[in-house]
Amino acid sequence: MSDVPRAVLAYVAGLVVVALGAVGWALSNPPSLSTLAWLSLACVATHLRRAEIGGRSVAFTLSSLIVMAAFPIAGAEAATLLALWSALDFGVRDPVKLSYNGAQDVVCAALGGLAYEQMGGPVGHLNAEDFPAALAPFSTAVLVHAATNVVLLMVVLRLAQGATLRSLWRSIFARTAPAYIGYGIVGLLLASLWLGVGLGPLSLPLLLVPLFIARWVFAQYAAEKESYEATVRTLIQAVETKDHYTRGHSERVSKGSVMIARELKMADDRVESLRYAGLLHDLGKLGVPTRILQKTGRLTSDEFAAVQQHPMRGVEIVRDIEFLGEARAGILHHHERLDGLGYPMGLQGEQIPEFARVIGVADAFDAMTTARSYRGARSVEEAVGELRRGRGSQFDPRMVDAFLEALARDGWQTAAVGAERAADGAPSYVRTSVSESVGGGDAGRESR
Amino acid sequence: MSSTASPQTARSTVSGSGIVITLAGLLVVASVALAAAQGLVQPGTALAFGIFICIGELIRVTLPGERTEAPLGLAGGLAYAVLLNRSGDAATHGALQVVAVTATGMLLGSLPHVAAGRLPAIDAVARRVLVVAFAAVTFRGLASALYAQGGERGRTSLVALMVAVAIAAWLLDGVLGALISTERTRAPFRALLRNELSALAGIGAAVGSTGVLIALACEVMGLSALPVLSVPLLLTQFSFRRYASIRATYLQTIRSLSRVTDLGGYTESGHARRVSELAVAVGRDLGMRDEELRELEYAALMHDVGQLSLSEPIPGGATLMVTTAEQRRIAALGADVIRQTGVLDGVAVIVERQAEPYRAPQLLDDGDVPLAARIIKVANAYDDLVGGSLEMGRTLDALERLRLGSAYEYDPRVVESLATVLTRSVG
Repeated sequence: MSDVPRAVLAYVAGLVVVALGAVGWALSNPPSLSTLAWLSLACVATHLRRAEIGGRSVAFTLSSLIVMAAFPIAGAEAATLLALWSALDFGVRDPVKLSYNGAQDVVCAALGGLAYEQMGGPVGHLNAEDFPAALAPFSTAVLVHAATNVVLLMVVLRLAQGATLRSLWRSIFARTAPAYIGYGIVGLLLASLWLGVGLGPLSLPLLLVPLFIARWVFAQYAAEKESYEATVRTLIQAVETKDHYTRGHSERVSKGSVMIARELKMADDRVESLRYAGLLHDLGKLGVPTRILQKTGRLTSDEFAAVQQHPMRGVEIVRDIEFLGEARAGILHHHERLDGLGYPMGLQGEQIPEFARVIGVADAFDAMTTARSYRGARSVEEAVGELRRGRGSQFDPRMVDAFLEALARDGWQTAAVGAERAADGAPSYVRTSVSESVGGGDAGRESR
Repeated sequence: MSSTASPQTARSTVSGSGIVITLAGLLVVASVALAAAQGLVQPGTALAFGIFICIGELIRVTLPGERTEAPLGLAGGLAYAVLLNRSGDAATHGALQVVAVTATGMLLGSLPHVAAGRLPAIDAVARRVLVVAFAAVTFRGLASALYAQGGERGRTSLVALMVAVAIAAWLLDGVLGALISTERTRAPFRALLRNELSALAGIGAAVGSTGVLIALACEVMGLSALPVLSVPLLLTQFSFRRYASIRATYLQTIRSLSRVTDLGGYTESGHARRVSELAVAVGRDLGMRDEELRELEYAALMHDVGQLSLSEPIPGGATLMVTTAEQRRIAALGADVIRQTGVLDGVAVIVERQAEPYRAPQLLDDGDVPLAARIIKVANAYDDLVGGSLEMGRTLDALERLRLGSAYEYDPRVVESLATVLTRSVG
């Protein structure tokens, strides 16, 4: 707890006091106990299978939805009391976080509920005759709830992490807005089923089970996606052990390609497929004899021909991975040059697929800043100079500019000299032990 | 997998999907004939539900394990089966009309799939029709008695009956699914049923509750309940689609990456893929669960990944030809690589144990060697001996060698299962 800034503690304490005031107000005018009990049961049930999605710190439970449905079903006071359940979160151990979450939700619910009742929203009935009149108060309530949530969250993140309000607004808004729209619609639906259709508490399981399963499956999807990524990275590292000069190379090319793609504001799914294309772009090197890859002198024309085969072999391996889509062309052509002097096909300019032009720049940059068997590593400044020199002849100027822009802002993690560790603390595959046990011919290289 | 699904396989067993299709076909013919002869009761409602079911069948979803489902269509059919009232007017259609409307909607919804060149999956449609027919017959048969009761008690028991019918329909769906998959595999029926029920647990609950909800909400909301209340189920379907697609990508990627050992000259071309296909066929034959089959498939695809750590490829990549100690070391190296992922520990254990004999002189059966590892050991040895050849002579020679090795090396149960699987695929 000692690492929580004082300002955050003070802020959370203040919020808790406000929330306690709201709870006191709600208790002074208590709602129907059986209704509250059923809704509470649903809140607790959704808390039990709470899943962090994609490691996001701001997690939504279905209880926000139930709180919104409670505005018409049981009134603002009941909604406020229901929000208390957010403090009961089995996934969070930190008392400061727990108090913050609970207090935030209580305040959001109380303000949302007050807005609903101030606008004259019906409580205890929601029939066909109440529409469309009930829509305005309900939407306002959702809006107030959402706005309170976003503002409170922005302040705490600003205090805790010192992020700028603008970037906070963007990231919080992007992930809360769709969720709120969904919860608002389903919340209203739940209230209509409960009151208008007259299903009462039965509407809770019937409506929430599909949603619950949707979330559960989505959490599984997120976990599977992480697992997938970890697996691909590890297998790529295993492949890279064959030539230890390239260790971490795929990882860095992937990063560099993503930097360019983001700078060019590519759509998310394209960025994602580029990320994997970067990881997979040199797989074909496995087909090139280690002797040639690690040769110190000039390559003979036969040896060079063998090296030139690698994009084709690489794309051959990944051809069945459907989601890579245009990234496959990126892998095939990442050694083409704008002036047509590259390989494997000698394509020129715009003929070269966009992804290939992206990967080409990231690949060349990492190759230059890494030690190779035939030369030492160059500094980032030298490599930038090389990129500038090749701008328009070897590299697409757009990609070079985007890369340099991103580089100036985010910096670059070069490979450690001697490549003893993989970049960015990724688990390095321990080659030494392998070489010793196999007694392979290149074990001696570890000593450098 | 494709090699085990030859049409002749069902020669000696009763064809599960044949039964399902025949039953459903008879029911559909009878119900459509009746509807044509007598006309539809409350045709407006029938039309709306028919269209809904048709759309539901159009937007099918593939669940993990290559199960193609149409959750929305099934939910629509179930809702129509238990529908008692639309906006205050009693819904008086009979069970056979439910069958006629559901079948028509589903068949029409299947047409675009057929036109797009996707498999007609007639057995899956037949299965859904039977499930709806069951729900309609039981519910509409029992409901009239409860309906007469009237009052609050009567209504509560009706709702309880709806829920009970939905649960029973979900169970029936699992049984029929297992029956259909007897076509593909000879795994024990119990294992197939377990696999079906666990695969359907989530989506089945969502379909059942949506069906009941739509039927109940129709009483007040009328037909607008259909589009409005299908939204949660659509979300469920969307999640399943995302999940299935990442699972497919995962498998495609592991399959693709399993070829890198071929490229490096460590293994014979296509070795990992063939071993995994054989291993999964054997695992299925031995009644493994879906999740176990998945780990088995990953492990089989990656069983030679340890060879990447060798500086000199083994000639022909055949691990059968090197010493046991060497085999174990390759297995251990492979397991190390897989363990680095931090997420595939189960797969790593299988890969690690693939070189172990299934028993030792003092030990009748080494329980530490998982079934999956035994399967991979056998499939790997078989492929090293045969190398993708389909010659009868080589197959028999290889099987003979494995049988001779079954004193310690190869689990006889697995070898016999492999023999069964191979006979089936040769037909």
